[in-house]
Amino acid sequence: MGRPFRSVSALTPSTPVLRQRAHGLQGPAFVRWGLIGATLLLLGVFLVVPLVAVFTFAFQKGWAAYGASLVRPASLAAMRLTLLAAVIAVPLNLVFGLAAAWLIARYRFRGRSLLLTLIDLPFSVSPVIAGLIFVLLFGRQGWFGAWLLDHDVRVIFAVPGIVLATVFVTFPYVVREVLPVMEAQGSDEEEAALTLGASGWRTFWSVTLPKVKWGVLYGVILCNARAMGEFGAVSVVSGHVRGVTTTLPLHAEILYNEYDLAGAFAVASLLTLLALVTLVVKKFVEWRSQPS
Amino acid sequence: MARPLRHRVLPGFRLTLGYTWFYLGLVVLIPLSSLFLKTFSLSWEAFWSTVTTARALAAYRLSFGASLAAALANVVFGLLVAWVLVRYRFPGRDVLESLVDLPFALPTAVAGLTLTTLFSAKGWYGQHLEALGIQVAYTSVGVAVALTFIGLPFVVRAVQPVLEELDADVEEAAATLGASPWQTFRRVLFPALVPALLSGFTLAFARALGEYGSVVFISGNMPLRTEIVPLLIITRLEQYDYEGATAIAIVMLAASFSLLLAVNLLHRWSHRRWDARSGA
Repeated sequence: MGRPFRSVSALTPSTPVLRQRAHGLQGPAFVRWGLIGATLLLLGVFLVVPLVAVFTFAFQKGWAAYGASLVRPASLAAMRLTLLAAVIAVPLNLVFGLAAAWLIARYRFRGRSLLLTLIDLPFSVSPVIAGLIFVLLFGRQGWFGAWLLDHDVRVIFAVPGIVLATVFVTFPYVVREVLPVMEAQGSDEEEAALTLGASGWRTFWSVTLPKVKWGVLYGVILCNARAMGEFGAVSVVSGHVRGVTTTLPLHAEILYNEYDLAGAFAVASLLTLLALVTLVVKKFVEWRSQPS
Repeated sequence: MARPLRHRVLPGFRLTLGYTWFYLGLVVLIPLSSLFLKTFSLSWEAFWSTVTTARALAAYRLSFGASLAAALANVVFGLLVAWVLVRYRFPGRDVLESLVDLPFALPTAVAGLTLTTLFSAKGWYGQHLEALGIQVAYTSVGVAVALTFIGLPFVVRAVQPVLEELDADVEEAAATLGASPWQTFRRVLFPALVPALLSGFTLAFARALGEYGSVVFISGNMPLRTEIVPLLIITRLEQYDYEGATAIAIVMLAASFSLLLAVNLLHRWSHRRWDARSGA
């Protein structure tokens, strides 16, 4: 049926329901407060305290040290590389996501459900395996290793490998978020625009895109969060050449292994802010797309 | 052939079909096929002896055991959190509701660093647990804790929509017929939640099996004791043992694919059951 894209998504928005008064079985008061207390304790221990901890550890040596550890050349290089990977991976997967969502939402064709399954593959593969496959392709003993060596092109332990691994792990995000929105919207307006003589591109830009913009925004923000935060896949292909092939998460790891706890958490605090912004945008998108 | 939903006026079928398959092939299918091609270059004996070394077996045991423990913990935690978020209103509820997704949004390395520092012998949690004689960081317990953190949202987000859509009428009917709240929960609500719990469990389990970033800091990485499968793959790669890394990766991939297949079958089964029931 029409909604194969549910539940398996790592980051499906929780269903934006009209929040009504709590209803149904509530249980006696002591049960109610006991359950609420247990939940607060659990989420406090697992989510709230770790969040507070990141910033506490980051600032344990004061603001000056915090700033200093972020403007070091190696930190700045890591920021640049992280941004570069995201700037390449997100647009590529955005264009793909729009094309694939249009295709899957608007047409019934042979191979459609196979396509749906294959699009999910990067989510079901361990990040470490995502890195491994690029080493097998482009590494020194890889399929293209000899050719790359002859032409003096470095992919593994270099920036191209990091970009490739990032594109792979962030592949499904946009399509996953745009497809359900596109399916829910139907294509009546597009058909009207086309009947009135608009070109295909014009229809896409002025009719389809505005209709799915919140899904697109959410997909892009998730794709970006994963692109900037990816660790396992990037770690395999990076080779950890300081200031050259270290993204922010890898840089945090290196600092941590050098016992520079404050420095590691200063870098981690940037990534935590990114996660918090992602959650806020998610909330915003849910609020905007709620039927009023 | 292409059959647009109703009319044939929608353009772009060929373009999007071609581009989608092309990009999918280039980014996902060709790279992944390198893994399978590499496996075929191994003889069966070589493959078998690589994937059954004592070190590999210990890593499977730890990865499966800790992932299973974490996924089971998440079933309990997820049901609790989903229930409280859906059924009760209390101060701070909206913030918690958003925070549930934090483990998905937070880069795994940050989760790993933070949990390790909190649970280490002098950390905020570790010092109190140490006093009780419980060591978490650098043990298999630590691995399970990190995996529980990573999998927390799966069960919550699987159960929540089902719980929200449940008809209050059924519960009221049960209450009218004299059922206690506990009986209503156990006999009426819980059975309806089982498919969602199972699918959340499987997703959390599958994610935990492949997880690397959050575990690698807290595990301590001692071969035979606290070495997870993804780390073993990386170790083999660092020794330029591509064959060894590939063989172990194939075993892991097979495990996670069968889990996801199980989720899909489960989905179909529960939908059919649901349709049959509402059709009756």
